[in-house]
Amino acid sequence: MIEARIQLNRGSFSLDAKLSVPGRGVTALFGPSGSGKTTLLRAIAGLDRHADAYLKVGDTVWQDRGTFVPPHRRPLGYVFQEGSLFAHCSVIKNLEYGFKRIPHGSRRISLDRAVELFELSPLLDRRPTDLSGGEMRRVAIARALLTSPRLLLMDEPLSGLDLERKGTIMRILERLRDELDIPMLFVSHLPDEVAQLADHLIYIRNGTISAEGASEDIFSRLDLPLAHEPDAGVMIRTIAAARDEEYQLSRLEFDGGIFMVARDAGPIGRPVRIRIPARDVSLTLSRHSDTSILNVLPATVEEIVEGASAQVMVRLRVGGSLLLARITSKSAMALDLQPGKGVFAQVKSVALLDET
Amino acid sequence: MLAENDLSALGTTLRLAFVTTLILLLLGTPLAWWLARTRNRCKVVVDAVVSLPLVLPPTVIGFYLLLALGPRGPIGGLMERLGGQSLAFTFAGLVIGSVVYSLPFVVQPLQDAFTSVGRRPFEEAATLRAGPLDRFFTIAVPLARHGYLTAMVLGFAHTIGEFGVVLMIGGNIPGETHVLSIAIYDHVEALEYGRAHLLSGLLIVLSFLMLLPVYALNRRYRMGRVS
Repeated sequence: MIEARIQLNRGSFSLDAKLSVPGRGVTALFGPSGSGKTTLLRAIAGLDRHADAYLKVGDTVWQDRGTFVPPHRRPLGYVFQEGSLFAHCSVIKNLEYGFKRIPHGSRRISLDRAVELFELSPLLDRRPTDLSGGEMRRVAIARALLTSPRLLLMDEPLSGLDLERKGTIMRILERLRDELDIPMLFVSHLPDEVAQLADHLIYIRNGTISAEGASEDIFSRLDLPLAHEPDAGVMIRTIAAARDEEYQLSRLEFDGGIFMVARDAGPIGRPVRIRIPARDVSLTLSRHSDTSILNVLPATVEEIVEGASAQVMVRLRVGGSLLLARITSKSAMALDLQPGKGVFAQVKSVALLDET
Repeated sequence: MLAENDLSALGTTLRLAFVTTLILLLLGTPLAWWLARTRNRCKVVVDAVVSLPLVLPPTVIGFYLLLALGPRGPIGGLMERLGGQSLAFTFAGLVIGSVVYSLPFVVQPLQDAFTSVGRRPFEEAATLRAGPLDRFFTIAVPLARHGYLTAMVLGFAHTIGEFGVVLMIGGNIPGETHVLSIAIYDHVEALEYGRAHLLSGLLIVLSFLMLLPVYALNRRYRMGRVS
């Protein structure tokens, strides 16, 4: 568990953030560009020393009045944006740099394991200048991980990569989350990245923390500006339950029903996160059988909030899960929507976040 | 081929250049590091002071050094009170003069190299558990190595080439302060053009051979192919 409180004023930018990061799982520091995410991450790592800061990790105070643990004494891993590496060292020397400085007894991951996990064996003798962006990122994450950190900090680990490379890094990060049990805190401004990877969200805007909590909850909160972005939508955790070979459909079970998706969701039993954009959910009062939409779910209206340009955002409860639907004010009026009312949610598209 | 006193002048010159370069690297490294990293307002003043030897006539430096190192000067006087001798007209005095005179030629390449390394590699190293000294030797020095090479060669070559300062505080003592540039001057004065040619040619070749690798390596470095 990390508790941090950081205040600073730098000209037009001010930051006043109080946050707690769980000691397990993946936490995303999420918010628009310029909201102070990197500043916070750097303060946690001790790279910048702000006068008004308090930082406690587990039972140890890292920073307070008169106390400042320098960065090299903080058991953290840090992956800089763009994954920068030591230009004068080969890949293997980069990997060994931190690893060698960790006492044998504290090493929780071996060089060989990291090389295997990040698929680095063909790159070991290369220079950073001869690596692609995705390769640099992999080396940088592996190098940080080899210090066996108690928390892995990553600044936009996927920025500037094409979709394929993003996928590779994402798969590795998922394996880290699921196999190595290393708590991670990463900075991102993209909802999809965050929805795919994070269990816990810290939503930051204009230098203040405007919400924190489980990813599912934050994405479905109508009081946050997040739900009013054009690409607003919920994240739902599902399990791949069955495969219909005839129609090439996968069945995903979640707390509240099933989704059929025209994609391969991987082996049965695999956890799959999906994202459902609010603009792709429409509502009807009766169940239509004569529709091309595969996924129609009985739902209860929980909350309705006015949005921009004559639209409303509706939060729906489907079993133990939540959905968002963006519809026009006119439709909301016509359907006489109000909290507690039973409706059917027609889900036009489901995005699988964990591609196989 | 070289007369005995010319040979001894060559030896003295090389010894002077070697000792001066060594001292300059030891002094210049922390100074250049500080200049490259500090946000202190005094930086500009120190920058300007370090660069003074570039613009001043060497005789000005020599004149003040002579006063400071001589028996009535603060440094020479102190040396005498401590039971030694004043530093004017000694090898040690020559070393002090050369250090002052060649300071910018060592500090500026180092400062440029440290500046171009930037802060990021040090932050990376810190998050990989390297303490400040560890970071300096494993990150700053290797990343600034082209700066060290330039500093070393320029410091060495510039010390070999100095004349004015030596003239003022050297005193032309064979084996002690009689260096090449003075020897050439003496030969010309005595109309011994053959010997002047020999020494001058030697200096040209020597200096060229030292500068060549620096520019070759800097070119490779700028092309991003340093290894």
